[in-house]
Parts: sequence; C-alpha cells; structure tokens
Amino acid sequence: MSGAQGSDLNRNPPRPGRLDHAEGASVPLHSRVREAQPRGAVINGDQPINQAEAAERFMAAPEHERMHDARLWDLRQKRDRQMHGITEWEDLRRLASEIKEHALTHLDHYLEQFETNARANGIHVHWAQDADEHNAIILSLLRDHGVKRLIKSKSMLTEECGFRDFMAESGVEVVETDLGERIQQLDDEAPSHVVVPAVHKLRSDVADVFARTLGTDPNDDDVHYLTEQQREKTRPLILDAQAGLTGANFVVAETGTFVVCTNEGNADLSANTPPLQIASIGIEKVIPRLEDLPVFVRLLSRSALGSPITQYTSHFRGPRRGGELHVVLVDNGRSERLGMEQFWTSLKCIRCGACMNTCPVFRRSGGLSYGATYAGPIGLIIDPTFNRHRYSSLPFSSTLNGSCTNVCPVKINIHEQIAGWRRVLAETHELPLMKKAMMREAGHLLSHPALYRAAIATADSALKHLPRFMVYNRLNTWGHGREVPAPPRETFHQWYAANRASGQGEPS
Amino acid sequence: MRIGLFVPCYIDAFHPEVGIATLQLLERFGLDVEYPRNQTCCGQPMTNTGCHAESAATEALFVRNFTGYDYVVAPSGSCVHHVRCDMDAVEQTDDVRQVRARTYELVEFLHDILKVDAFPWAEFPHRVSLHNNCNALRGLNHASMSELREPAFSKPADLLARVRGLEFVHIQRPDECCGFGGTFSVFEKGVSEKMGYDKVRDHSSAGAAYVVSADSSCMMHQQGCAQRLDMPLKFIHIAQILNGARA
Repeated sequence: MSGAQGSDLNRNPPRPGRLDHAEGASVPLHSRVREAQPRGAVINGDQPINQAEAAERFMAAPEHERMHDARLWDLRQKRDRQMHGITEWEDLRRLASEIKEHALTHLDHYLEQFETNARANGIHVHWAQDADEHNAIILSLLRDHGVKRLIKSKSMLTEECGFRDFMAESGVEVVETDLGERIQQLDDEAPSHVVVPAVHKLRSDVADVFARTLGTDPNDDDVHYLTEQQREKTRPLILDAQAGLTGANFVVAETGTFVVCTNEGNADLSANTPPLQIASIGIEKVIPRLEDLPVFVRLLSRSALGSPITQYTSHFRGPRRGGELHVVLVDNGRSERLGMEQFWTSLKCIRCGACMNTCPVFRRSGGLSYGATYAGPIGLIIDPTFNRHRYSSLPFSSTLNGSCTNVCPVKINIHEQIAGWRRVLAETHELPLMKKAMMREAGHLLSHPALYRAAIATADSALKHLPRFMVYNRLNTWGHGREVPAPPRETFHQWYAANRASGQGEPS
Repeated sequence: MRIGLFVPCYIDAFHPEVGIATLQLLERFGLDVEYPRNQTCCGQPMTNTGCHAESAATEALFVRNFTGYDYVVAPSGSCVHHVRCDMDAVEQTDDVRQVRARTYELVEFLHDILKVDAFPWAEFPHRVSLHNNCNALRGLNHASMSELREPAFSKPADLLARVRGLEFVHIQRPDECCGFGGTFSVFEKGVSEKMGYDKVRDHSSAGAAYVVSADSSCMMHQQGCAQRLDMPLKFIHIAQILNGARA
C-alpha cells in the first residue's frame, strides 16, 4: 500500500475496512438475482463479428451488465487512486512509452541479445513464426518428454494461438492454474478480459460451472466454498503434472531472463512444480535492460487492478536443477504489424487491461461480445491485423471518447488508431455497402449547399435528411430507445435571413 | 476582429436557439460576426465512419466558406475538434491550414482569446450538472481529465462560475462518455442508449435540474434518453446561459 499514501489520495479515499489492493473490490458487490449467463458473439467463419448483437444480449441480462460495469469501474477508480499516489506518474508513462518504442525499433538486436544471453543461462530458445509453429514446437517438446499432463498459467498468447483447442486432440491434458482461467476452461469458454478472465461471470455462474464439472453443490455460491472446492480438486492435478507452461510479461535482453507477474502465484506453480518448464513469449515483450523493468512493474498492476504491485513478480533466470527450461519466441503477425505506420505502436501494449476497464462500451458489452482473443479498445486495433474481414466491424464498437488512450500506461494512442482503422477499412472495401452508400449520399448532400437547403426545408424533410447519421433509414434507429428531437419552427439559417439580412455572407 | 460563425448542421436544424445565443453573445463583445450562408457541415459524420473520400468535398466547402476570417467560432467542441485535429480528407493548402488553426470552440474562444471575466447580464438560479463532450474534454482540453495526473481546471466551469445564482452539482462519473459517439449512436444503438440512460440517471441522482454542455449533440442524445425514462431533467447549451437565458 506504500504507493497509496499520497496526499492527493484524500480526495477519493478507499472505503474503510475493505482491502484496497490486489484483485479485491473496494466496494462490496453482490448480485441480487440469479440470472443465466449471456454468451459471447456468434462466430460464423470469416463473417464480420456482430459485436452490437452480442452486446444487446449481454445487456438483456441486467444483473450481469450491472455487476460487470460496477466491478470494472471499481478497478478504474482504484487505478486513479494509485495514480494520484505517484507524483511522477505521467513521467513514468512517458518513459515506459519511450523504452518500448526504442525496443520495438531495435527489435532484432534485442531479441538476438536475449537469445545469446538466455542460452548462456542454460535456457533453450525456439522461434515460432506463427501459431501453428508455436503449437507444434510445444507439442513436440511435450511428446519428447512423455508428458501426459501440462499445467498452464494464464497467457493471452496461447489463446491467440488457439493452443487449448489444438491440445484437445493431442492426448495431453491441459490444466489452467489461474483461477479465473480455470473457470473459463471448465466452462469451455474463452477469457473475456486479459487480466480478469472470468469477470463477466457472476458467482452463481461459477457455482453452475463447478457443479457441472467438479460436482459441487449447485445451490452454494459462497466464494470461499467455491474457491476451496476448486483448489481441492485441482491441486492434485498440478502436483503430479510433468510440464508447466507460462507466458511472460517482460523479457530482459541484457540478462537473458524473463519476468512473470501474477497475483495467485500460479505462474510459479506452473514453472516450479514439474521438471519441464516452457514459456510462450511474444517477441514484442523484450526490453533492453534490467533497470528498465521497474518502470513497467510500477505501472502494470496500478493500471490493471489499482494495486501497487502484483503479489508475485517472478524472475526466471534458467532451468531448475535437474530440469529444463524452454522459451518459444512467437511472431504470429507481430513483424507485419511493426511495419504498419499507423498501427505499429499497438505493440507497446503490456496487456494491463486498463483500456478495457475504462471503456464504457466494454463495460456494458462484456469481453466475449467482441468474438476475438483481444477484446475492448486494444482489441479493436489489434484484431483486424489477424483477420481484417472477420474483425472489420470491431473498430466501430467505440465512441472514440479517448479515455482508453489516457489510461494506457505506455501511451498508445488507442482511440486515434481505432479511427485510423475505420479509414483503412473504408478504403479497402470492408464497410457494409449500406453504410458506405449512406456516407456517399451524405457527403454529396453536405457539399452542395442548395441541395442541402432544399433537403431540410421542411421539418419533416429535415428529420429525414438531417443529420443523416442519426435518422438515416426508414426504421428510425434513433427513436428505438430515445425520443426524437422536435424540429423547431425555423432553422438558424432562416432566422438569420430574417433577422440579420444585411447582405453579409450572402451566397455568391 | 472579423468572426465567421459556424453553426453545425444539427444545431441549425434542431437547436437554432443555440446558434442565436452564440451570435448574440459574440455581438455583446462588440465583435463583427458574420454567418457565411453557404455553410453546411464540417464533414465529421463521414470521417467518423472512416469515409474520408466522401468527406473531402464537404471539408473543401467548409474552408471556402470560412477563409479570410480572423477567427471561426462554433458552439460545438465536437465539430471544432474535427476541423482543427482531423480535417485531412481535403488537400492541405495554406487556406485549409489557416482555417483549421483559426477555428475555435465558443468556450475556449471566450476563455482563452477574449479572456472574458464577467457576464453581467447572466443569471441562472438553478442546480446544473456540467457535461463535457469527449472531444472537447480530451481533444480540445476544455478541462483536466480524470485519467491523467494533472492540475484540476475547467474552462466551461470557469465561465459558468461568473453567472449569478448558478449552482453546480457533481456526478459520480464526470468524464464518462454519454454514448452519443456520432454514427455510433445508430450503428450500436443498444450500448449507446444504455450509456445514455446511465448518464442521465447520474445527473438526476446528483440533484441536477439542468444539464449544461458546450455540445448539443451529446445533449440531444441525453435529452432523448431522459424523455424516454420520463425524467424531468432539462438541457441547455452553455451559450444560452452565458447569453443571459434564465431558464
């Protein structure tokens, strides 16, 4: 809590008697009624994801929407309190951004430096160009070591690589060691958030999942009961696993080491229990020096959960005595992204999830509504690099309000990149035809004053034509849940002509 | 000082009283204000949807209308943000660059350029909640942002503090987007409406009689939401209050 002692904190103090660190909520959150959990976006091959439709279903479960919004908003407020406790907060963000930009613009150098130093530390280093190579490398390592069960700590990269599905056919059992991720695994559902993967679930949902998969009492949704039951059922699987897989938060080139941050110590379970340790790491995770690391450690958990630091910040320097340590460095589209002039800085992301917590659309939609590995603001600018057509609608699931950019600890201009993607998608014909046609018509009308004036001459026609983006079709989308503004007797234009008709500014 | 008055399309059609208040307010300071009659829109509806090519002619028209003024002033942070920060579908000639740099939103024009320190004619004896449009807040720096560690300030609140009788109320989530978002409000209407409902409930629980903003677009959305929820909340543009509206 040392970071939370600043004087500015007093303007928004934590509630007394509540833990204001780690993953705890600073206000008690209780759901009022039991309600079926809404599921995520419908995936239909490469068809564009309909995020709006999935969001509507999420909001149609008001208890889920309310709890989700409250929980994530609480994280945002805790983040703000941590920020006010650190005088040099904005300097830290600037520094973090500069270190990342430097590392990314010298990526080949630092990756090779890491490889050399890691090998000297006794770490085996593998390179994977894409998801298939990543999965194949890990499976072959597991087969070589006769592994029957792999324990795994939370990793967005393995989600990105479809690792869970891939392993389902391999004959090797995979057990997640992060509690939220374990819940999602047991429910056969993807994580909905990069830091709190089951945040879209109520505890009654968890009780249902555990009753179905672990045989717990379906009517008991006490968190202590559920956590203990899960622990009792999963610990034995962890203790006799033959291999462990983790991700990494940071890779340090000069030391050839990597760092994993968790609150449950689950990465340490994955890394230290079995003899074979594997780490899947995206190539953008590299930073030059150990002395760069504290900048990120100070920002990461404060941004993510509003806690000064994660409970565990584990440095992996080499294999355990008698064990093996393998690192798989994965590209999977990152090199290509690095070459995108407008979007390369998205690679600075340290996966804190602050942009999701602050995003008003994310909080009301749930992360699964995006139908992609990366949800929320950062997802909107990363997902189209994986599949432009399937994720072509996602950059429109934003109001471009810019809060995401402001909370980003590495200063990614997220909302500007969202707008940038809209432009790229329009230029590469990824916009629905109706949307495009409507914009062409609006552009024509708005660039011809006489046509425009004629179109809005009467109240009825003004409502039909103006502004086109509000009442653009006969279905009156605007009026679905809002009252339509009453058109006044005269436009400003008409008033001006009647009251200031001095001839100035007349049409030429 | 020659001022070109820009009245955005939805204000022209749906809220002419905001355009009138802006004009009268600027005239109170002895400024020479003209309303170029061929103006339509700044192009934002198209670029907001990614359609820059479709916006270029509208942007060019905007520049033709407003070339040569010392300042262009508009009662809309959102539109001004587009002109100053995003208007790049049109070729960037000297005229375009000049018009973009000289375009100001009303609050910042009064606060930063005219440096107005009194509105002796203004009195608004009501409890008001201030809504900052996201583009005005985070794009034009109307006020300090809750996400950043920066000294607190608010240009619209500074101006409103000079209005007799006006009392501020403070909402729970002051910088939260209300869900308008331009084309977002129709393409993702469900989330847009929910955000709007949450926003007007926040104003209402804080005890506001009026919501005041420098942007009519957000208020048109919020007003539609408040009416749908049968809330007695009233909405007024900051130009009207500063021009002396009493209710």
